Amino acid sequence: MASITFREVEGSSLKYWLLFGGLGLFVLFGALAWNHMHHYGHVVTGMDNQIVWGLPHVFAVFLIVAASGALNVASIASVFNKPMYKPLAPLSAILSLALMLGGLLVLVLDLGRSDRLIVAMTHFNFKSMFTWNVFLYSGFFVLVGAYLWTMLDRNVKTYSKTAGTAAFIWRLVLTTGTGSLFGFLVARELYGTAMLAPMFIIMSFAYGLAIYLMVLAAAYAWTGRTLGDAVMMRLKTLLVVFVAAVLYFVVVHHMTNLYFTKYHAVEAFILRDGGIFTTLFWVGQILIGCVVPLVILLSKLGTQRTWIMVACALVVVGGVAQMYVTIIGAQAYPLDMFPGLIESSSFYDGVVHSYAPSVPELFLGLGGVAIALLVTVFAIKVLRLLPASLDDATVAKLEH
Amino acid sequence: MSELNQMSNQAPASPERRRFVGVATAAAGLAIAPGVMLVEVAHGRPEDQAASSAVRWGMLVDATKCATGCNDCVTACSTENGWTPVAESAHPKQAPQWIRKLELQDPLTQMETNLPMMCQHCAEPPCVDVCPTGASFKRADGIVLVNRHTCIGCRYCMMACPYKARSLVHESLNDTQKPDVPRGIGCVESCTLCVQKVDRGDGNTACAEACTAAGHDALLFGDMNDPESEISKRLRELPTKQVRADLNLNLGVRYHGI
Repeated sequence: MASITFREVEGSSLKYWLLFGGLGLFVLFGALAWNHMHHYGHVVTGMDNQIVWGLPHVFAVFLIVAASGALNVASIASVFNKPMYKPLAPLSAILSLALMLGGLLVLVLDLGRSDRLIVAMTHFNFKSMFTWNVFLYSGFFVLVGAYLWTMLDRNVKTYSKTAGTAAFIWRLVLTTGTGSLFGFLVARELYGTAMLAPMFIIMSFAYGLAIYLMVLAAAYAWTGRTLGDAVMMRLKTLLVVFVAAVLYFVVVHHMTNLYFTKYHAVEAFILRDGGIFTTLFWVGQILIGCVVPLVILLSKLGTQRTWIMVACALVVVGGVAQMYVTIIGAQAYPLDMFPGLIESSSFYDGVVHSYAPSVPELFLGLGGVAIALLVTVFAIKVLRLLPASLDDATVAKLEH
Repeated sequence: MSELNQMSNQAPASPERRRFVGVATAAAGLAIAPGVMLVEVAHGRPEDQAASSAVRWGMLVDATKCATGCNDCVTACSTENGWTPVAESAHPKQAPQWIRKLELQDPLTQMETNLPMMCQHCAEPPCVDVCPTGASFKRADGIVLVNRHTCIGCRYCMMACPYKARSLVHESLNDTQKPDVPRGIGCVESCTLCVQKVDRGDGNTACAEACTAAGHDALLFGDMNDPESEISKRLRELPTKQVRADLNLNLGVRYHGI
């Protein structure tokens, strides 16, 4: 097998520092947004006692789910023994750690008492899916960190497959845990189903790979390194499979609900009458997130680098829309305490809840995205994560 | 310590100081006495004695007696527990509501029902299941509470509650707080079945007292484990339902007339 040279990104150009500074600025905005929310309380957000999880959760859960998926490429390399993916693995691991960090920061900084994080680290209720996730997220950092170490240090290279397999199994459990945050909720019609766990796993594959592809292409384009079509086309095909699988799960979930009369009202809300949520579902999640990317990637357009990037960006946009519908849409629909009766009260029972995200919420979420990208941009400068070249000839040698 | 000894050796106790110590002791005694007396008089549970599972506090709501337009239970709860009534809040959608009047209407028959809705004090509370830190807990006597010291404000319990019984404190609290009802910004709260009154030995909640005072008698609080209690007797006679009985949570609040 041909050897691959990994090299740090020089990172001394004005463009690099502009990118670094730009991302840093968004991290700063995120910190200020958190400070504002923490000082005044959640009264300055669009969240209330009806929509209790808002835009920060959309960003946080999206990033955490994408983090798990970003590890795909590394898993394929080590767990499934595909040599072609091996040079792509270190970036996959670091991106996955960075996205996880960004997501978790948003999640914990949106707590009503974010100053009590230590309480969450020292008091556990093992019946809570949140508690399980605390361990799953911490373990993820340890395992993927160790896995990355085996990739970078020749002395421990022999443990790479073991570490990779452990990380692979762990992240499947982790995304099962993330999906089960909602799957284990009995109160709301759109949650409380085992469907959410595998659906979140397949969504993580799609969102994570789309982000990975964009970061990979950007890193090679902006550093003037060669990224051959062989790699892009292979990963593109993989993305097609994942996006199609997401669509399949979403269709099965809603079709099953539509069969049961008790879910007709909530399904009508998401699919037909829900205003912004209906629009986000059909236009955002289905059209932008699934159908258009599939058309692009499966048609002739899919042979062009630019269009592959467009498809990836659309998958990400669709993914954020999906999280918005899944998290906020499900809360917007009122709890059905008395099926068949019309409810009204001073506490907004029986009415569809509206939600308008505030500026601090948006910037807290964007801060999480920025910190994920900032960590990645910094890591490729200080660590040998990227192959010096991924031209078709080099990649072809790996396969033989 | 040696400095203190030196001081006491050098300065003999003055008459003023003796008088002050005497007055202070008397004042302290006066301050403590009513508390001690109250415990004895009301037969409340002493602080060092844990709540007992022999008791299950609960409530019977007779929706047929709950009057349209009457909000006395809500007002009484707000006054007792120190939360600002929603009508006075600058942010009504974010204002906590421990109890609310729910109006129901059957679209086919047009039949209208009124009832108060609050924490149902489930025997199997979903909020306790999902709470990551264990801040959400059920006391041995069936009262579901939030430990304000370990609540991190994640709102997972609010996502899990089928009764929309919980509220997050979205902003700094004003000075209406009650000394025996701890509350705080960023924490989740809900009906406590007036736990401070129960522990004091009042034997009733503020909402039930207000309902009786208004002459409606729609709310009856008591020990559902005691077959001789008024609530147990009434529950034996009246057909009652649990809200969302399909979830099988074994509720501490039972409704008649729904």
